[in-house]
Amino acid sequence: MSKKNEQCRQNLKTMMIMREFERVIKDLANEGFVDGAVHCYTGEEACALGVCLNLNDDDYVFSTHRGHGHAIAKGLDLKKIFAELMGKASGVSGGYGGSMHLFDTKLGFMGGNGIVGGGVTVATGTAYASKYLNDGKVTVCFFSEGASNEGWCHEAMNMASLWKLPIIFACENNLFAATTPSYKTLANPDIFERAKAYDMVGVKCDGNDLDECIKVSKKAIDRARRGEGPTLIEFKTYRVEGHCRVIRDLEIFRPKDVVAWWADHDPIKVYSERLVENGVLTKDEIAVIAKEVDAEIKEAIQFGKDAPRPSTEEFLKKISERYAI
Amino acid sequence: MKKLHMLDAINVAIHEEMERDDKVFVIAEDVGEYGGVWNATRGLYEKYGALRSMDTPISEAGFTGLCVGAAMAGLRPVTEIMYMDFITACMDQLVNQAAKADLMSGWQMELPITLRAQYGSGSREAAQHSQSLESWFCSVPGFKVIIPSNAYDAKGLLKSAIRDNTPCIFMENRNLYYDPVEIPDEEYLIPLGKASVKQEGNDLTIVTYGIGVPVCEKAIKKMPDASIELIDLRTIVPLDMETVLNSVKKTGRLLIVHEASAGFSVGSEIIRRVVEQGFDYLDAEPLVYGNLRTAMPFSANLEDSVLITPEGVEEKARYLLTGVC
Repeated sequence: MSKKNEQCRQNLKTMMIMREFERVIKDLANEGFVDGAVHCYTGEEACALGVCLNLNDDDYVFSTHRGHGHAIAKGLDLKKIFAELMGKASGVSGGYGGSMHLFDTKLGFMGGNGIVGGGVTVATGTAYASKYLNDGKVTVCFFSEGASNEGWCHEAMNMASLWKLPIIFACENNLFAATTPSYKTLANPDIFERAKAYDMVGVKCDGNDLDECIKVSKKAIDRARRGEGPTLIEFKTYRVEGHCRVIRDLEIFRPKDVVAWWADHDPIKVYSERLVENGVLTKDEIAVIAKEVDAEIKEAIQFGKDAPRPSTEEFLKKISERYAI
Repeated sequence: MKKLHMLDAINVAIHEEMERDDKVFVIAEDVGEYGGVWNATRGLYEKYGALRSMDTPISEAGFTGLCVGAAMAGLRPVTEIMYMDFITACMDQLVNQAAKADLMSGWQMELPITLRAQYGSGSREAAQHSQSLESWFCSVPGFKVIIPSNAYDAKGLLKSAIRDNTPCIFMENRNLYYDPVEIPDEEYLIPLGKASVKQEGNDLTIVTYGIGVPVCEKAIKKMPDASIELIDLRTIVPLDMETVLNSVKKTGRLLIVHEASAGFSVGSEIIRRVVEQGFDYLDAEPLVYGNLRTAMPFSANLEDSVLITPEGVEEKARYLLTGVC
């Protein structure tokens, strides 16, 4: 298999891992292995992967409350992500963060955020630091069309463009903000057009087409790395599942024909069909990948289950110093 | 030795810290070319250039969020809120991001951020330019809260805050900005969390900080017959309870004076802890004296009716000393 085809195989596998992660995480929650809020990334896999394939390990990524896919795409250890959601000491955040606060600073993964839009201004800070230190790093800030309606986005984008910061505002327009469809929240459904207001490059991208996500992100990331300033990319995608495990959607916001259209444009379906069509992989070879994914996920779950809880004693000692009053 | 007022002392402290550590920079509204609306950052732009003394848009959320990210990337931002009342515009960036990121990440990062906030009452600036909001930040785990009462302390405390690896809220009362005091030419630091006993005494402990210090000093001068111990907390979080308790042990009487109103205040917290840790020391009920609980009215006679005064301190002190109203 050529190096290029090998990469395609790996890309498909990564998206399948993201998908399988979200499928099993709900079961783990129902079985009591995972506590708290869980926001699934199902259907948006190509956005995170398309962006992160263009990043170096030390480039910065700011994630969201719906961030499992971002973490997997940035290369965080799958075992440690499961362990984090299970509240374990071996988790990426030592069991202190949970699903919404996956951190791995060694990989530039600067956290999910429980506040919608909470990362947008913070991300300008690592980008500012890169300019200040001239370290050549790029920051990617994932957010959603829901977050785009927080005023913070305006402040952050204005500053980023004003100072030509090396940052990509990666807006995953998944058409839902919590339970509310975006036609009820966006005066202009094309968020990328806001870039014009900040004299910034704004582009839209089919967020369900991995190849396009890779191509569009690469251009923006290269620009940022050359010091030519930020880009706002709007990934047009679809949140396949409800807001979170416990907050369901209204059926009236999920017309059957719309759901069917998006199912037909599912990023994994689109990509795997293309690979088969182009002779990169056969259906049988994809079935082998599915088995590999299943095995890796099972192994990672077991790692999480076997991992210890964080030490209460160490926690109490730490906070008695850190939060001393 | 030379005489400096508080703004000069703050200016010198920032210059010294930026000279010492090239990771230290200032970023906020008007702090660059103009040198700060109060002139606290003058000379930095000329000496260190725009990236280290950055003028921002009026985007408190934007630039405080930026500070959080910059700190995550290893810089040591010093920012400024022109009037502390404006801090409401960046409460998410402070409370949900700056104060929590270290814990959420499983202690993968430190957040060395210093936020200078100018505040105070009595200068006829009405309801949205006159608040003392320290209690908010004291009540959120994660911040240190520092409030100097004079130029000497301001310099030593600010330098310690800038070197501290946690978010520090450094509050500067504008009515204290122009009192000159002797400042040594050589460098000095004042540790965070250490109160200063301004005057020793045996019959009554007065605990105060910020503008409360000169107000109480005036009151004490009017009571030459009374033996009063005056404690300037200097740092509110962490609080130097050892100094407070030792004093109350000696005097048996406690009055807390601050510009913030008494309800749900720093004074309330000190009384809670004195009651818990030194109940037997008390010979009289401890009191808190603060500005009246109201949004600040504009008209001079109305504002004056709200403010703490030396006469008010004297009245409370005499009551505690004699038991007579």
